[in-house]
Amino acid sequence: MSSMSQQFDRMASQGTTSPTSGGLVLKVENLYLHFCTAKGVVQAVDGVSFGLAPGKSLAIVGESGCGKTSLARAILRLLPRNVQTYTGHVFLDGTDVMQLSEEQFRRDVRWTKMSLVSQAAMNSLNPVLNVGLQVAEPLLLDHRASKKEAMERAREVFRIVGVPEAFLGRYAFELSGGMRQRAIIAMALMAKPPIVILDEPTSALDVLTQANIMNALKKIKQELQLTFILITHDIATSSDIADEVICMYAGQLVEHSTAQRFYRAPLHPYAEKLMASVPTLRMDRKPDFIPGQPPSLFNPPSGCRFAARCVKRFERCHEEPPLFAHGAEAVKCWLYEKG
Amino acid sequence: MKSRFARLKELRRYPSLAFGLAVLAIFLALSVYVVIALPYGQASGRWNNPRAWDDYPRNAEPVWFDLFTKGKSSRSIVVPSEKQGVVEIEPLGDDSQLIRVVLPFTYDYDGFPQDIKIYSSGRFGATRVPVTTVWHTPDGRAILLQENRPTSAEDDIYYVSQDRQLSVRLEAMLGPEGRRPHIGLFANPSDMRAPVKGDYRLVITAELPKDGELRARLVMPGEVYGWGGTDHNRRDLMIALLWGAPIGLAFGLLAAVGAQLSTFVLAGISTWLGGRTEKIMQWLTQVNVILPMLPVLIMVGYLYTRSIWVMLGLVIALNVFSASMFTYRAMFLQAKEAPYIEAAQAYGVGNARMIFQYLLPRISPTLLPQFVLVVPQFIFLEATLSVLGLGDPRVPTWGKIINDAYANGALHHGLYYWIAEPAFLLMLLGIGFALVGYSLDRIFNPRLRTL
Repeated sequence: MSSMSQQFDRMASQGTTSPTSGGLVLKVENLYLHFCTAKGVVQAVDGVSFGLAPGKSLAIVGESGCGKTSLARAILRLLPRNVQTYTGHVFLDGTDVMQLSEEQFRRDVRWTKMSLVSQAAMNSLNPVLNVGLQVAEPLLLDHRASKKEAMERAREVFRIVGVPEAFLGRYAFELSGGMRQRAIIAMALMAKPPIVILDEPTSALDVLTQANIMNALKKIKQELQLTFILITHDIATSSDIADEVICMYAGQLVEHSTAQRFYRAPLHPYAEKLMASVPTLRMDRKPDFIPGQPPSLFNPPSGCRFAARCVKRFERCHEEPPLFAHGAEAVKCWLYEKG
Repeated sequence: MKSRFARLKELRRYPSLAFGLAVLAIFLALSVYVVIALPYGQASGRWNNPRAWDDYPRNAEPVWFDLFTKGKSSRSIVVPSEKQGVVEIEPLGDDSQLIRVVLPFTYDYDGFPQDIKIYSSGRFGATRVPVTTVWHTPDGRAILLQENRPTSAEDDIYYVSQDRQLSVRLEAMLGPEGRRPHIGLFANPSDMRAPVKGDYRLVITAELPKDGELRARLVMPGEVYGWGGTDHNRRDLMIALLWGAPIGLAFGLLAAVGAQLSTFVLAGISTWLGGRTEKIMQWLTQVNVILPMLPVLIMVGYLYTRSIWVMLGLVIALNVFSASMFTYRAMFLQAKEAPYIEAAQAYGVGNARMIFQYLLPRISPTLLPQFVLVVPQFIFLEATLSVLGLGDPRVPTWGKIINDAYANGALHHGLYYWIAEPAFLLMLLGIGFALVGYSLDRIFNPRLRTL
């Protein structure tokens, strides 16, 4: 764990590219993703760096519009047309996939190395293909497998995610929301990628189905030893799966901690407030709230972006803090300058 | 899963669809039948070769017109000596014989024939001998038509209706109403308006050498002919009416497939790829939509060729970048943003697969009704070109019939069948497609569905 934070320290202080990934399955360095809109440039992802050790699962939390989904898309290079800036490095097992051409990336990385369960999973199934074929689709592309093998694998992943085999022949509209979600997860597992990014996998579902899906994911994680990257604003559901937590604020990574640390006592003042705003079931505590509202990403304030809403702010805060290592954790706050 | 039969039963909810499908099925069956029963070479031969028309009447109404008129109109009668005719040979001495060709026929119509022609040929020897032609009526009169001395060299055609001498003699016998031979030879002397019904005989007699021969064929075109009638060239309209179906269907369907489907696919491709491809396609469409199609077709028709298949190719080419490109583009732009398209991108679906398995099938339900509705438009376009005189002169089509009828003053002469028949078929086919198209639209477009 300490080696990981040392990595961050070096990255943050030097800001250079390091070809070694130090045994990390995924390493993101200085990733920038800015969009061009009619109102101006949106700095959706602004210099995010983090690393992830094999077998660890990561939750990315933060309020709506803080750049969680944009970060996922930047990692998977699923960009809209209005991209203004897209720079940085994404190392997968030591190779910088940012250097690959679009075609190479599509063929060699997407789905075989990293797959995505997208946010609008409910509508992510092709209405004119039956679910079996649709789920087999990622394997059929680029002749990765024969149709028979692909269907065999589809049957296998259906079993893993807990969808009856009979559903293979049905169409998307014949499936319930939970079933569709499971089918989408099944599709993400098809090519046996080491990393699966789950972007709000339970957001469109009712609480009971959410619980079912999360249980299924937990089981899958244990069975297949996958690295999940779970993007959610629902901190409670993320606690089930995550080994590490990244907290984002206004396009920037503000804290990267172990799950135990983050859920008990997060370091960054924003993360602290965020955790305090989660209603608890057994403790007699009123949920807190954060005064003010998040800064506009068109023209974010200089210095610490949370400063305006922070109760612990001091003089240093008008300068932008680097990512400080604090034990095993990394925090973007001047309070942790001393380590 | 519903059985096929249960699905068919759903047709009852859309009677117009069932009716339209029935109409189309009939036309399709007719087309298949025509193509098999009367191959194109044969039909084209009978339509374009004047010899094939000779025995037919000119501008004769179809047989079923009898249902609407009093009395029985005359049918065409052809009596060849080889078949119905009787050849009597009577030896006269050693080196000559009397040959008598009798051509009998029964006449039981209330009208007169349009015309009388006698084709004859034979071997007459070195000296020209007289050949007499006599007309025997059922009431026992014998009328000498002509006495001539033909040669072996050429076949003789005797236009009885145009024989001036006969006309004069008949006028002397029957009065001015009998002046025209094809009426005078049949008319009842006591009532000139009605023909004498019964068994007629035409007898041709000649004294010929031993090796002499005589053949004759009597042709009397009737007032009505066939199920379609005939045109100014004596052509049987039925050929064009029948062949108009496969040609019209082929033209309409090919043009619709070629134009509509290509527009659809190109719209999908250009919308998906975006960027310069999309810009160029949009620009081409904008220019092409402004260009008037008919003048281009007319220019090609006058300056280059009127072949129906070249015209078809041209119509397709001019319609690839048609205005429906804009409609389809609007739909594709919407479909392109669907979450499942984004998801498919995420798992690495390539351009071709994305377009043909994800985008096109999504929009295809709206294509089908439009496709069906556009077919009759192209069939009408072919007819329009024909009426404008740009039709293929050798191909029998409905438009060609209307063009002939128009050019020869069909309505002016009261020959309504000439225009009504092809027009009816065109309209029926158009209605068939329209009913199917609108019903499909109602099925595929839930917003139009009434509960």
